[in-house]
Amino acid sequence: MATEAQGAEEGGLVFHPMDQFIVSPLGGDGIVSWFTFTNAALWTGLAVLAVFAILVLGTSKRAVVPGRMQSIAELAYGFVYKMVEDICGKEGVKYFPYIMTLFMFIVCANFLGLIPTAFTPTSHFAVTVVLAMAVFLTVTILGFIKNGAAFLGLFWVASAPLALRPVLAIIELISYFVRPVSHSIRLAGNVMAGHAVIKVFAGFAAIAVISPVSVVAITAMYGLEVLVSFIQAYVFTILTCVYLKDALHPGH
Amino acid sequence: MATETTHSDGLADAVGVAEHSADGNAGMPQLDFSTWGNQIFWLVVALIAIYFILSRVALPRIAAILAERQGSITNDIAAAEDLKAKAVDAEAAYDQALLDARAEAQRIIAAAQADIQGDLDVAIEKADAEISAKTAESEKAIAEIRAGALENVKTVAKDTAKEIIAVLGGEADAKAVNAAVTARMKG
Repeated sequence: MATEAQGAEEGGLVFHPMDQFIVSPLGGDGIVSWFTFTNAALWTGLAVLAVFAILVLGTSKRAVVPGRMQSIAELAYGFVYKMVEDICGKEGVKYFPYIMTLFMFIVCANFLGLIPTAFTPTSHFAVTVVLAMAVFLTVTILGFIKNGAAFLGLFWVASAPLALRPVLAIIELISYFVRPVSHSIRLAGNVMAGHAVIKVFAGFAAIAVISPVSVVAITAMYGLEVLVSFIQAYVFTILTCVYLKDALHPGH
Repeated sequence: MATETTHSDGLADAVGVAEHSADGNAGMPQLDFSTWGNQIFWLVVALIAIYFILSRVALPRIAAILAERQGSITNDIAAAEDLKAKAVDAEAAYDQALLDARAEAQRIIAAAQADIQGDLDVAIEKADAEISAKTAESEKAIAEIRAGALENVKTVAKDTAKEIIAVLGGEADAKAVNAAVTARMKG
């Protein structure tokens, strides 16, 4: 641990803000192959269990007057359902289970990642890129299946002056292909940045004078992270809905 | 750790990257592409699991719960409307019953008054008749008494006249005395 030694020389300050993101096998060290049960796999699995607990166990009573857990399940359902219906219209409702899957996974993974010492799958580009590419490919393929060549009308801004249209088409095309990049980096970047900042503040706590400030800063950052966890899941989901709307109704 | 070594043999480059990231300060673990396969594999497993949990169990169940709640709310509102209509009907029926009862009471009072008046009239008439009958009887009795008294006076006068004549020494002619007394009485 060369850096630790180096950090100690610099007066007790040890910063490893990115160590929390290291993927390592559980129960020993070794290399990470495709099927190794790693900390990432564990927390991804816990997110599945959380989804199961909220949406299945929470609603097991099927009460007409809901309890706490059932209220949460119904709120989540109503929240995403309304989002899909409002943005994509009635046609979009049949894609609701897929969008609900995305939302529930992201929100559960984000919130579980807020538990100290937890691993956050959504802080990794591997995860968010797969999610974003899945959305991008699905939407693109769906757009061509539903509309055929008319889907290309998405890039041809009919309301603009004719001379501008080719330029706008290039811009639109670029922005279309940037979508999965921004879509994935926004989520992973926000989650990662928050967690890293908390770690940095925690590193400062080694200095006795600064440690109270550090604790306050960590607390404030944690509150912000709770917000970010939900908001980023919401943003990811709503952007998915917007992209899906483009595939279903490509007109501007 | 036999398995591990075989793994290592197969993925020598992965080991290299893992060691690289284990240094800690070598950059973002997010960009350690040796772990991407693992993460993507578990992510896909997780997403498929969530999708099946949602589409097979959770979403139909929640939709059913919401539909049932909507249904029972609609039913309750309908039932409430029903009860309200019934209450309005009941109030109308009550008002009607009250009006009927008032009318009936008025009718009964009028009938009772008429009845009492009739009884009273009959009683008064009867009393009047009795009074007049009694009056007539009394007048008759008085007339009888008066007649009786006159007759007695006549008899006494005749007898007295006869006695007086006898005392005076005369021969009392009964027929003449009677005629004289009768004539005098008419006087």
